Amino acid sequence: MKKLIAEFIKGIIKENPTFVLVLGLCPTLAVSVSVANGIGMGVAATFVLLGSNAIISLLRNFIPDRVRIPCYIVVIATFVTIAELIMKAYSPALNRALGIYVPLIVVNCIVLGRAEAYAAKNRVIDSLSDGLGMGIGFTLALVLISAIREFLGSGSLLGFTPIKDFQPAFMLAMPSGALLVIGLLLAFFNLLKAKRQ
Amino acid sequence: MKNKLIVTNSPHLHTEESASRIMWLVVLSLLPAGLAGVFIFGVRAAWIILISVLAAVATEALIQRLTKRQLALYDGSAFLTGLLLAYNLPSQVPYWIPVVGSVFSIAIAKQIFGGLGQNIFNPALAGRAFLMASWPKYMTAFTRPFSYDAVTSATPLALLKEGKLIEHFSYWDLLLGKRGGCIGEVCILALVLGALFLLIRGYISWHIPITYIFTTGLMMYVFGAKGLFEGDWFFHILSGGLVLGAFFMATDYVTSPLTRKGQVIFGFGCGLLTAIIRLWGGYPEGASYAILMMNAATPIIDRYTANRIYGTR
Repeated sequence: MKKLIAEFIKGIIKENPTFVLVLGLCPTLAVSVSVANGIGMGVAATFVLLGSNAIISLLRNFIPDRVRIPCYIVVIATFVTIAELIMKAYSPALNRALGIYVPLIVVNCIVLGRAEAYAAKNRVIDSLSDGLGMGIGFTLALVLISAIREFLGSGSLLGFTPIKDFQPAFMLAMPSGALLVIGLLLAFFNLLKAKRQ
Repeated sequence: MKNKLIVTNSPHLHTEESASRIMWLVVLSLLPAGLAGVFIFGVRAAWIILISVLAAVATEALIQRLTKRQLALYDGSAFLTGLLLAYNLPSQVPYWIPVVGSVFSIAIAKQIFGGLGQNIFNPALAGRAFLMASWPKYMTAFTRPFSYDAVTSATPLALLKEGKLIEHFSYWDLLLGKRGGCIGEVCILALVLGALFLLIRGYISWHIPITYIFTTGLMMYVFGAKGLFEGDWFFHILSGGLVLGAFFMATDYVTSPLTRKGQVIFGFGCGLLTAIIRLWGGYPEGASYAILMMNAATPIIDRYTANRIYGTR
């Protein structure tokens, strides 16, 4: 049980997929324009992570090593399709906002990376815990980046405008601003890590 | 006792030159343009310059204090960055724009890379590009010169881009700065005066600015009008931020190539890109983006124009 909790926690801080493993930056850059989009993408990715980690872990002794990547992709694509259909049915606005990045969860490096690095070598229950931790870590990172970019780049937070007459810096709502914010946050977290040691 | 014997290799040359002295001399050479800007656009321009410089120096001091590096406020480089940024702003920007711009220029375009000498991009231009992308409304609100109560008017290049160049700007108007534009870019005579000082004293060489201006002029002569070879190249050379950029920003030691051959290539690239943006790009003026793009190309230019080490093939 302790091990399960440890696997879960590591995905949030020590091995956060965005700030430590630096995986899946492409959807992060594109989607983190608003907090709502960030949460939506994070939840979808977490669902896919849970499902794909479970199935791949169950099949880990059956998939031949040489064809493992296509097999993983098939499994992941199944779950992404499920997620996409649910999103289209119950929150079409979110689906339109995320656009092409929902199908692109299939090739999100976090999902494929965890499948190959963890689920292929560990039990189902451990893989589920790892998937949940990574997914939540990804979501939290997305929320952090989106909050900064949405507030400083568009002046709003979750749709509300907290400060009137605030002149947002439009560059932060663009991809160059995304790179800037992510780079500065990465530097900040590296500083914290270095100070700890 | 240990400081009485100085053991260094020959040659034992002593010169007054130092990085900081050169920076302050460049600041001096930029003063005429600033004075002209204040004369043309009013006291607000002076405040913008002051705020920009103070913010730049304060940011540099703060970051150097935070990173426990030696405070190097007197080396003039932060002052120069703040000054050049202010010269690239319209006089009517809100007072917080130069502050945000200077903080960005010093903290992100300079200190994050490692401080003086380590930056890839010209910090003042990077700050200007950031401000332009973030608050285009403020950065393109120009005023009529000598209208101290801020009558808005477009710059000559902006009018040209929209095809509305009905006001006729004489070459004298452009040389003296009687046009809308940024604080430090309008008075070409003042800029050339400062540039001549730097050229004569040898602090900058003619390779970058002359190549740059010549290339842009040539491109505008060939492509700048409806037919070929009919462009008004003199108008184009005197408009926009070309002269300010060519003499004072493209020539920045840190971000331009080391060798003369490399500098010519750099100047040519800047000139070409400026002309392309002016002719076929989305913006009316492209000097700042052209210089930033060539800053990115400087390492590779240096690699291919490196001087042959004596004795090697």
